[in-house]
Amino acid sequence: METTDYRPRKRVRISKKKLAKYNKGEGIDLRENSTRIKNEVIKQKLKKKEVVFNKTVKDTARTELLLTGDYGCLEADCGEVTIQYKQKQIVDNVDITAAAKCFTLNLEFGPYYINYTRNGRHLVLGGRKGHVAALDWVTKKLACEINVMESIHDVSWLHIETMFAVAQKDWVFIYDNQGIELHCLKQMYKVTRLEFLPYHFLLASGSKEGYLAWLDVSIGKFVNSFNSKVGKIAVMTQNPSNAVLCVGDTKGVVSMWSPNSKDPLAKMLCHTQTVAACAVHPYGTYMATSCLDRSVKIWDIRQLAGPMHSYYVRAPVQHLSYSQTGQLAMAMGNVVEVYRSSTDEMKPYMRHRADWTVTSMQFCPYEDILGIGSTRGVSSLLIPGSGEPNFDGLESNPFQTKSQRCEAEVKALLDKIQPELICLDPVAIAEVDTPTFKNKIEATKNLLYLKPKNIDFKPRRTKAKGKGGTAKVVKTKKILKELSRKETIDMLRQTDSPSDTRKTEPQKNYGILNRFLPKSNKKATR
Amino acid sequence: MKVKVLTRNPDEYLRETKRDIYKVPRNYDPALHPFEAAREYTRALNSVKLEKVFAKPFVGCLEGHKDGVSCLCKHPSQLSTVLSGAFDGEIRMWNLTYRMCIWNVLAHDGIIRGIVFSQSDENFISVGDDKTIKTWKLENSSLSQEEPINTVISKTIITGISHHRTRPIFATCGEVCHLWEETRNEPIQTFKWGVDSLYDIKYNPVQSNLFAACASDRSIILYDARETGPLQKVFMKLRTNKLSWNPMEAVTFTCANEDYNLYTYDIRKLKTPVNVHMDHVEAVIDVDYSPTGKEFVSGSYDKSIRIFEVNKGHSREVYHTRRMQRLTCMGWSLDNKYIISGSDEMNIRLWKARASEKLGVLRPRERAALYYSEALKEKFAAHPQIKRISRHRQVPKYIYNAKAELRTIREKMNRKEANRRAHSKKGAVPFVSERKKHVVRQEV
Repeated sequence: METTDYRPRKRVRISKKKLAKYNKGEGIDLRENSTRIKNEVIKQKLKKKEVVFNKTVKDTARTELLLTGDYGCLEADCGEVTIQYKQKQIVDNVDITAAAKCFTLNLEFGPYYINYTRNGRHLVLGGRKGHVAALDWVTKKLACEINVMESIHDVSWLHIETMFAVAQKDWVFIYDNQGIELHCLKQMYKVTRLEFLPYHFLLASGSKEGYLAWLDVSIGKFVNSFNSKVGKIAVMTQNPSNAVLCVGDTKGVVSMWSPNSKDPLAKMLCHTQTVAACAVHPYGTYMATSCLDRSVKIWDIRQLAGPMHSYYVRAPVQHLSYSQTGQLAMAMGNVVEVYRSSTDEMKPYMRHRADWTVTSMQFCPYEDILGIGSTRGVSSLLIPGSGEPNFDGLESNPFQTKSQRCEAEVKALLDKIQPELICLDPVAIAEVDTPTFKNKIEATKNLLYLKPKNIDFKPRRTKAKGKGGTAKVVKTKKILKELSRKETIDMLRQTDSPSDTRKTEPQKNYGILNRFLPKSNKKATR
Repeated sequence: MKVKVLTRNPDEYLRETKRDIYKVPRNYDPALHPFEAAREYTRALNSVKLEKVFAKPFVGCLEGHKDGVSCLCKHPSQLSTVLSGAFDGEIRMWNLTYRMCIWNVLAHDGIIRGIVFSQSDENFISVGDDKTIKTWKLENSSLSQEEPINTVISKTIITGISHHRTRPIFATCGEVCHLWEETRNEPIQTFKWGVDSLYDIKYNPVQSNLFAACASDRSIILYDARETGPLQKVFMKLRTNKLSWNPMEAVTFTCANEDYNLYTYDIRKLKTPVNVHMDHVEAVIDVDYSPTGKEFVSGSYDKSIRIFEVNKGHSREVYHTRRMQRLTCMGWSLDNKYIISGSDEMNIRLWKARASEKLGVLRPRERAALYYSEALKEKFAAHPQIKRISRHRQVPKYIYNAKAELRTIREKMNRKEANRRAHSKKGAVPFVSERKKHVVRQEV
């Protein structure tokens, strides 16, 4: 009989880069000589868990093999550069379905603001003069088109493509995809910017008077609303990786806001003049800001450090937008320039000269499309390589049917993250809650500046003249308070500090001459 | 110029016919799944809340006894068959699937003290207060069987019985401990150790020569059938009511004590219990292990059932109903899914061992979802919100108040001891661990 050789099946090696992409962190130190875990049972349990973690990381890295889509690309011929190609040339060279995605709508109620849904399938556009339209821009099927007969300042989709919010002259309105007014949010007054935080179901707004407001659209409750005290909020964008709002102000500071505190979580002095535009990478790695002094800076937003890159462009950049692959679009007047990162700097990739001044701009998710709204209409440009080719069907699906959408909505509502969890570090909830050094110092400070105990102070009634008087009573009270405060501090210090373990040898008593002994010895003899 | 733009053919992403399932392409890139930690936390919170919503542990009630239920006996191989004895001497056989009594007989004169199945599963043996040991034939169909196939009259009072796991030998306890063979009418062996009465006796299911008994002098006695006399004895501060061996670990048993606690012992080191399980607020009457040996259930005089994990000091679950009175006997079904309880008010109750478990067949997706939520609950177990929800149990007012009272008593004693320690010579008032506190001495 033959014996079959049961060697373990050789699996394909995974590159370190790939593993790092899916890595979930360092893990616990369980090596014999350096681990701090004493309990053997716990150590073994953790070891098993570590093995599972590593296996999961490897397995997920392996699934990359199954991804079918390829990134788009644009390569220049010899002697040419990609920046010289016009949209027309690109449209002529691509297939007919892709060519159909490049279009221009000439509209007369501009300037226009646009917003794509999270799956990149639907587009809502709002003209300053009251024109609102929602459409499936791929099939060009119009869902609704209305005129609200008021000025419009911003538009934003809510969590699904059946509802969108419009910031109008005074208030924010929510319409459904047939153009029927669902809600009028009078608490959002004179709003200039709208942002929707999809995982928290929060509609955030920044107003002309500097008010920030967060509305929970799933229950219709305002989470928080306060004056940010930065003046008119003209530049506001969300960081999609931690749902913090980045607000740029006239002093060149970008401040980050969560609904949980009335002070900004962080402030970055990005420019010395007014911040003209601000964009955050969809994966929350970089932030790009531009200023009226023609500078554009790119910051590492995870470490709040930078600038990583700093450029001066020909004209002040009015609008910025990041694509999923990290391409950065800048709009200066009627010119749109797209930069892409190569090695360690951003290089110009494409340029487009629009007919009119660009008033808003957004990369379409999961498509090689840059949508721009201008003073006289809306157009979409082909930017090869800007979109992520492989979407996750359970996260956002451009091809989802109605029933899938309904199911996804229910699932998303079940997973709704509470607004209290919005903070700078999105993984803070999964980490061990150890007091930071700052917190420790705060705690000791609190001990030292402890509020003194309430003293039941009742002055003796003295009948003698000149002995009483309110001033004296107050003074005595103050002295007593100070005494009790010192007493409590002493008590706390004694409990905190380890007891004096120095050996005190019995000293010889010199009687009256004790006064000449050194102080430490004196204590012992008493 | 070479250009390529993303184009997706909808046919590749849409199902072909209406009968197809939807196509769901996946991309596990972490960048496409933001807020992983926060979403997982939310899911964990939801699942722990849902667990509370679905926690309906009471399955059913078996009515029929005309007096309090004194003992329960599970069939070793049929999950649906359970025998129960009552204080009026009646034995009933129950079918748990249909929740009805299939056979009953007035077996003894006085209380039924114990029922065990013989190793062949065809017969069962009952003992009662009338000093007799009766062997009955188990016939599912015949409803008219009124007479035992064998009756042995013992010389002493019998208060408990336990059968050897594999051989036709059983042990009884009472004034003394007897070892019987099924075919003989005289005990083959007698063990005595200066006690006038033993309350309960249990054979070790793994190390099958060993058995243990609880005695009226607050002791637990270990016997070995191969020896002539008993092996060891450990005295506790209060009396032990019942004990149960761990079916997976030969050396471990747990006993239900009068002092509201349960104690898990390792027989290799009887001097101190391995664990003290607190939570009951009155004497614990009965205890039974789950077949996995990881958990056990206890019934108490405080009208509540509690489920403990072997290595934990506090219970993970408490069951109670307004109609249920003092518990008298407990059983954990051999499929690890149900708990059977007999109580004073003549009813036998059937509970789920895991309160929120779904009964019946699970579809694969359902099971996967349950596993997922289990893992999440474990991952976020230490978070205050999740901890609070998963730990919270609504208990009757008398238990709640009794617990508070016990807490104050314990605090008072601790405080008093600390004061005494502070004002006496160093070492005069030693620290005694909770585990050592309840054991008086050990005899070999």
